[in-house]
Amino acid sequence: MNSANYLYLSALLFTLGAVGVVVRRNAIVVFMCIELMLNAANLSFVTFSRINGNLDGQVVAFFTMVVAACEVVIGLAIIVTIYRSRRSASVDDASLLKR
Amino acid sequence: MFNTNSLVYLIGLPLFGATFLLLAGRKVDKWGHILATVLSGSAFIVGVDQFFQMANRAPEDRAITQVLFSWINVGTFNVDAALLLDQLSICFVLLITGVGTLIHIYSIAYMSHDENRRRFFAYLNLFIAAMLLLVLGNSYLNLYVGWEGVGLASYLLIGFWNQKPAYATASKKAFIANRVGDMGLSLAIMIAFATLGTVSFAGVAEKSHTASQGALTAIGIMLLVAATGKSAQFPLQAWLGDAMAGPTPVSALIHAATMVTAGVYLIVRSNFIFDAAPTAQLLVVIIGAITLMFGAIIGTAKDDIKKALAASTMSQIGYMVLASGLGPVGYAFAIMHLLTHGFFKAGMFLGAGSVMHGMDDEVNMRKFGGIRLFMPITFVTFGLGYLAILGVPPFAGFYSKDKIIETAFYSGGIKGILIGSVALLGAGITAFYMSRLMILTFMGTPRYTEDKNPHESSFLILLPMAILAIGSVASGFLLSHGNALVNWLSPLFEMTEETENEIMPPIVISSLALVFVAAGFALAWKMYARSAVSNTAPTDVSIFTKAARRDLFQDDFNEAVFMRPGQLLTKTLVSTDELLVDGTVRGIGKAAIGSGNLLRTTQTGFVRSYAALILIGAISLIAAIWVVTQ
Repeated sequence: MNSANYLYLSALLFTLGAVGVVVRRNAIVVFMCIELMLNAANLSFVTFSRINGNLDGQVVAFFTMVVAACEVVIGLAIIVTIYRSRRSASVDDASLLKR
Repeated sequence: MFNTNSLVYLIGLPLFGATFLLLAGRKVDKWGHILATVLSGSAFIVGVDQFFQMANRAPEDRAITQVLFSWINVGTFNVDAALLLDQLSICFVLLITGVGTLIHIYSIAYMSHDENRRRFFAYLNLFIAAMLLLVLGNSYLNLYVGWEGVGLASYLLIGFWNQKPAYATASKKAFIANRVGDMGLSLAIMIAFATLGTVSFAGVAEKSHTASQGALTAIGIMLLVAATGKSAQFPLQAWLGDAMAGPTPVSALIHAATMVTAGVYLIVRSNFIFDAAPTAQLLVVIIGAITLMFGAIIGTAKDDIKKALAASTMSQIGYMVLASGLGPVGYAFAIMHLLTHGFFKAGMFLGAGSVMHGMDDEVNMRKFGGIRLFMPITFVTFGLGYLAILGVPPFAGFYSKDKIIETAFYSGGIKGILIGSVALLGAGITAFYMSRLMILTFMGTPRYTEDKNPHESSFLILLPMAILAIGSVASGFLLSHGNALVNWLSPLFEMTEETENEIMPPIVISSLALVFVAAGFALAWKMYARSAVSNTAPTDVSIFTKAARRDLFQDDFNEAVFMRPGQLLTKTLVSTDELLVDGTVRGIGKAAIGSGNLLRTTQTGFVRSYAALILIGAISLIAAIWVVTQ
């Protein structure tokens, strides 16, 4: 199977994720979209690893997974805390940094 | 060798008086004026003592120098604060302290009703000290200190009644006009130092032969500019008339007898420069001739007795400047006229002050008339000064002014005839305006209002006038008897071989001068004694009278040429500063604030818009890379 197809899929997933981040308001959904983008990137790494015939891409993919796991933990904790204090999970409500 | 230590007392005594009276405050109000007069008198006694010591020495040993301290000592530039008393300075020392002391005595009575009399005497002493420093300094730099000092004293005394805005303005006008001249003096000092490496009189005299003609001419012209400022000569003459705002003793001392003649002193003292720079010397003559006519013409139209005398002073100093521009033969006559003028003009100013005192400070001559009956002593003393300035023999002015006219005629060629005629005509006009002043004030019938009560002044006012009147009678004869002053001063000047240029014998010139004087007197007699005089100035007068009344447009000229363009320049500079300099600085600030505000709108605080921006940025970056690598 042509390896390029994986890249196309990766690009598609990334675009979905990016659009999701920009258009959705719910913090959980935005968060999931970020995960989607990360994993789209992972897919590209693995594909390139395969195309180039070495393991560098695989190694980076593992790194990304580890980092994503940490990010999920912290990110979810922040979202839960914000929800507790503001009774809302909308990212537009948390715009206090402007002032 | 000689006892030279007493020179410092000449300056020190009045300087102490000025400092003490200014610092001691109201406690010494009761006797401050006495102290000032005594100190000035002591300086005169020291001066007389020095004069007799000097006269007893051989002519080549007469000049003495007292070094006070090393003033400036930088590399090759060494200036001592040193005093030089020679045949020329002693004339001035005696004039300044002598007339100065008389005017101190006069002021005791004249200023007795003024609550600031102590301050007035402090300033008078300050003036005496500064003027003595001016004539005693042994270098241009020492002279410059005195030069500025008399300018300051003149400013303070013209504006002594500065509660009147016009008087305060007059003092500022005098100061500013003098500053223009002072610039000339400082430039002359700088050029002298740059080209000759020294600023002392002896040093410059010694090295002046080595300097180029151009440098000497430049120094000469700058010195002339300085002289025109201080001596109220054309084109810096406009301040003298307004300077009459000061109390009358000030006008007599500073603006008639001493300070305004400092310019003549400067030119005569710098004889070695002018002798070597004929162009500058010619300019001196031209300036003198112009001012001599200028002042005389203004004098004919003035109704204010002090302003008429001021115009006369300007004209007489024009004579002195003219004489000092005629080279070695003229210097002694310039000084002689300066000394006789010091007597008769100071005497007449004091007389004018006495008249004003008896007439409730009225200065308009059209509102005088017939005062001789009430003020006989003032009339006689004033009259003697009047005869002296006219040049009637045997009064003082005859000896000094005739010599100047004679020397002018003998200076040779067209130039000699031209300036000689100007001087002769000036003598005629002098006779006219002085007779006019005399007739309007003392002769005729009273034109003053009923409430005026003319009365003779007190003894302290009359005494100085009497002494000065004696000087007006005798000084000319004493100074020229056996060529006394010429021989006295001659060691100072490099006499050149006189080329005899007698276009007519002296007796003819003297007679001509007398004819002109008689004509001037006759005209004044016809206009003011034989016909009725209105107590208001007539308005239907010729354009020449109008011009003379407006001081020949000297103020209008200065305003049009210097003041208005100057104001325009400052206004332009101010608006340039505000628009360009401040505008740039403020513009930078505004640009920073504006761009900040613009950028702030991108900081919405919404996470999604940041994400969108990041996305757009990333996409543009990739697109750019793609475009570049294609």
